[in-house]
Amino acid sequence: MQRSIDLAEVVKLNHGYARSIDEDALETWPDFFAEDCLYRITTADNYARGYEAGLMYADTRAMLEDRVKSLRIANVYERHRYRHILGMPAVSEASGADICSETSFVVIRIMRDGTLTVFATGKYVDRMRQDESGRLVFSERIVVCDNSNVDALLAIPL
Amino acid sequence: MAIEAHNAWSAGVLTRVPNWIYQSPDVYAAEQKNIFQGSAWTFLCLEIDIPNRGDYRTASLGDMPVIVVREDETTIRAFENRCAHRGALLAFDDGGTVEDFTCVYHNWRYDFCGNLKSIAFRNGIQGKGGMPKDFDIGERGPRKLRTESICGFVFGTLAKDAPPLREFLGEEIVSLIARVCRAPMEIIGRFKQTLPNNWKLFMENTRDSYHASLLHVFFTTFRLNRLSQRGGLVVGESGAHTVSWSALDKVPSTSAEYNSEQLRADKKDFLLKDPSLIESFDEFGDGVTLQVISMFPGCAFAQVQNTIAVRRIVPKGIDQTEVYWTYLGFKDDTRERRRIRLKQSNLIGPAGLVSMEDGIIGNFVQRGIAAAGAFDTIVEMGGDAVETTDTRASEASIRGFWKAYRQYMGM
Repeated sequence: MQRSIDLAEVVKLNHGYARSIDEDALETWPDFFAEDCLYRITTADNYARGYEAGLMYADTRAMLEDRVKSLRIANVYERHRYRHILGMPAVSEASGADICSETSFVVIRIMRDGTLTVFATGKYVDRMRQDESGRLVFSERIVVCDNSNVDALLAIPL
Repeated sequence: MAIEAHNAWSAGVLTRVPNWIYQSPDVYAAEQKNIFQGSAWTFLCLEIDIPNRGDYRTASLGDMPVIVVREDETTIRAFENRCAHRGALLAFDDGGTVEDFTCVYHNWRYDFCGNLKSIAFRNGIQGKGGMPKDFDIGERGPRKLRTESICGFVFGTLAKDAPPLREFLGEEIVSLIARVCRAPMEIIGRFKQTLPNNWKLFMENTRDSYHASLLHVFFTTFRLNRLSQRGGLVVGESGAHTVSWSALDKVPSTSAEYNSEQLRADKKDFLLKDPSLIESFDEFGDGVTLQVISMFPGCAFAQVQNTIAVRRIVPKGIDQTEVYWTYLGFKDDTRERRRIRLKQSNLIGPAGLVSMEDGIIGNFVQRGIAAAGAFDTIVEMGGDAVETTDTRASEASIRGFWKAYRQYMGM
């Protein structure tokens, strides 16, 4: 991989990811991950202590697809959507074929009745690699929330 | 008392619950006094939260902030998190390790029992000022809790006359807690959830076996309940603590019945693409895949397949409740077993595929009854008894909650 194009590629990946959620195109959300990946939502406190459990935890892309399917047909929650505001990725030293980066996020939750809440802030701690077609995908995305509290429930992924 | 101004709740009735019970500030205040700061035992923390001398966690008895601290290998103390002097918090973090508790405001210092040990400038400065020579803190110090532990769960109460914890919980509940705590445990995650509803609606929900497969349809949607399931409720005589459980009857995977079921299921669209999510192992050797222990007033300890989590439920006003989750694993988990536990944590908690709906259903009730304070809700599935049953189509465990509640509240 050409290191010189990393930042633009990483920004593109991050924004595509956020748009898939914010535009309610959740079916495309798993496509931003490698087939064997790790996606985990945790808090800064758990992350610092090395506690491994997540609010969401998937170690395959298929698990992400299952979660989307469950949200669509099985789970019950009041209609709402998110708006992601992303910071500039801080791309760090790559190890092996992977690129690492951290990206700040703010997620505002928009409820059915228009109520806006800052639902989550934090950072994405990512590892990325190129898939067979040369596209950059997440091999690991740890969502480290600053907020230790979940308001009511967490249905849509962050 | 203002409670009497509401429409009457006939003595002994457990099949109807008046909606004002979830709405009244007077009821909330009475609960604080009669239940949380009364004679009930409240779950505070786990022993493994505070393994060494001087380790502490902050918790609460309802609205009352509490410090839980380990004094030595066998002694855990708890006392009100309030300086006798000006009332400031003595500890203002979730936990930590300390030598003593010194109030940051004016350096009044307390030991691990909550006894005042020293007062800054007690004798004044250069002979001027200071506290009167005869100052005696008397009964004005932070209130001390009795603490007792069962299977590493630390409980506290202010009541000197409360029965021992074991008696409060009952032998059956204790044995079912012990069933899960089969080996030394470790914390694998802590989460907090704020529910926009009265605390009692959440405690009813944790006991409500009737709603399980109706509100939560993940398992049925993805056809994961193929094998014949049995289950029921364990309800003690006081009704205070209940257990909802279910088990899979073991059917050999080679049996014709199983295979034909699987064939039918395989033709459906609604299958998990990655069924490793629900791969589990029978670590307790009894086939029980779900055991939710709900302890009065505000604790739930649940095993759902291989997930193990304890919840501490704290009322925060009439229409807000905080839920503190601690996810647990066993110290001797192999990497593979731990991985299964982590994957299954998807099923539970604030984002749980099986039970995320519990985070909002209480709010739907709270909003639904907004103008219906004079109406009742109905708790009559399975009749009017408060008893152990072998069906989950019963609300006996919710009636149990109200039986205990009315007793503590003197209602």
